[in-house]
Amino acid sequence: MASASRLAGLLHEGRFVVTAELSSSNSADPEATWRRAEVLRGSVDAINCTDNTGAHVHMASLAAAHLLVEKGLEPVMQLTVRDRNRLALQADLLGAAALGVRNLVLMSGDDVTAGDHPDARRIYDIDSLQLVEVAVAMRDRGTYLSGRKLEQAPSFFIGAVENPFAPPLEFRPLRLQKKVRAGADFIQTQLVFDIPLFARFMAMVTDLGLTEKVFIIPSIGIPRSARGAHFMREKVPGLHVPDELVARLEKTPPARQAEEGIKIAVELVHAVREIPGVAGVHLIGIKWEEGVVQVADAAGLLPRPTLSPLATVGGSR
Amino acid sequence: MRVLERLVLAAEKPLKEAIWDCRMCGQCILHSTGLSCPMRCPKNLRNGPCGGVRADGNCEVYADKRCVWVEAWEGSRRLPIFKDHILHLQKPVDWQLQGTSSWINLVSGRDQVAPKGWETHGER
Repeated sequence: MASASRLAGLLHEGRFVVTAELSSSNSADPEATWRRAEVLRGSVDAINCTDNTGAHVHMASLAAAHLLVEKGLEPVMQLTVRDRNRLALQADLLGAAALGVRNLVLMSGDDVTAGDHPDARRIYDIDSLQLVEVAVAMRDRGTYLSGRKLEQAPSFFIGAVENPFAPPLEFRPLRLQKKVRAGADFIQTQLVFDIPLFARFMAMVTDLGLTEKVFIIPSIGIPRSARGAHFMREKVPGLHVPDELVARLEKTPPARQAEEGIKIAVELVHAVREIPGVAGVHLIGIKWEEGVVQVADAAGLLPRPTLSPLATVGGSR
Repeated sequence: MRVLERLVLAAEKPLKEAIWDCRMCGQCILHSTGLSCPMRCPKNLRNGPCGGVRADGNCEVYADKRCVWVEAWEGSRRLPIFKDHILHLQKPVDWQLQGTSSWINLVSGRDQVAPKGWETHGER
């Protein structure tokens, strides 16, 4: 089998990691995926391949993740419980392992009504927490959910998500705790724009002792224009975009809005880095990998570290 | 048994539908969800809310309805007992039980049968 997760290795070494989201592809040509991914090479530690993001159809995250593996880039495969039942989910998890995918982020997924096929049947056979436990069962106990044995267990670094900004706010840290009990190794959060609210969430998470048990990686969005920020505030489920941020971009002349967006993202990276328990950042530039590289550079996150050759950690924490 | 099940269903179904908008999953966990039926969630989430809950506490899918899990959290805070059962890890839904009587399944223990690969079952 291929090597263990490099992302896991860096986190266990205590490095502040940088991951980024890859624009999802609508092309049957793998070059389209590689072109976008190559921009990120050397600037991030791992690259998320999204699963029909925003409930819009795109190339399967499993296929995109494998395309990255082929080029020596480390993917994080996102998988939602929206489009697959427990059989299909486990089949994809095992297939992903065989294709060299080591990092997972498991989630509910935006509802089909948010996407381009609102008439689709939603699946939700199991929930996102249950999928975490299913992946753990495959990795640690070498069985499917049914109890049937695998011939060879996969090696996974298992991620889950949390939205610190959606009600009920007091329950969010406890829900994260449930995911940790189910076996999550790391958490990527929803986009952070509201620093005081995120700091409050992290304080509650720290009080629960969770920062000792799980790596927490907040997502940082890179707004490219006032229109983009406006769209995020109005159309993306679960996003909390403060009015001041939209206003700040609107006050900026259109030609300089992208530059201002980079500045905003860099400020956010610095701010979350100050908060205890934050293990890295996940940078999201929607269809804008160049923006990710600029933010990583301007925030002083480059060059990315290489994993110490003495690191002997496996896939799990 | 068939007759008994029909009689129990005749009592259980209208009662629970009227009070809790019950969806007859046959494996009731209402006491763990602040008496808010999780099967009313469009994503059938049994372990907590999704990330799409609106800032006003309404559902991502149905903008005019309260999120089932916002109600569950608030409801659980008001419960005199079972308050912390909202923290339990809930096993996957057994869809074979859909439409059957959760009261009978509770007494028989059928609703406690978890998939063999589910390790945290029974963990508190």
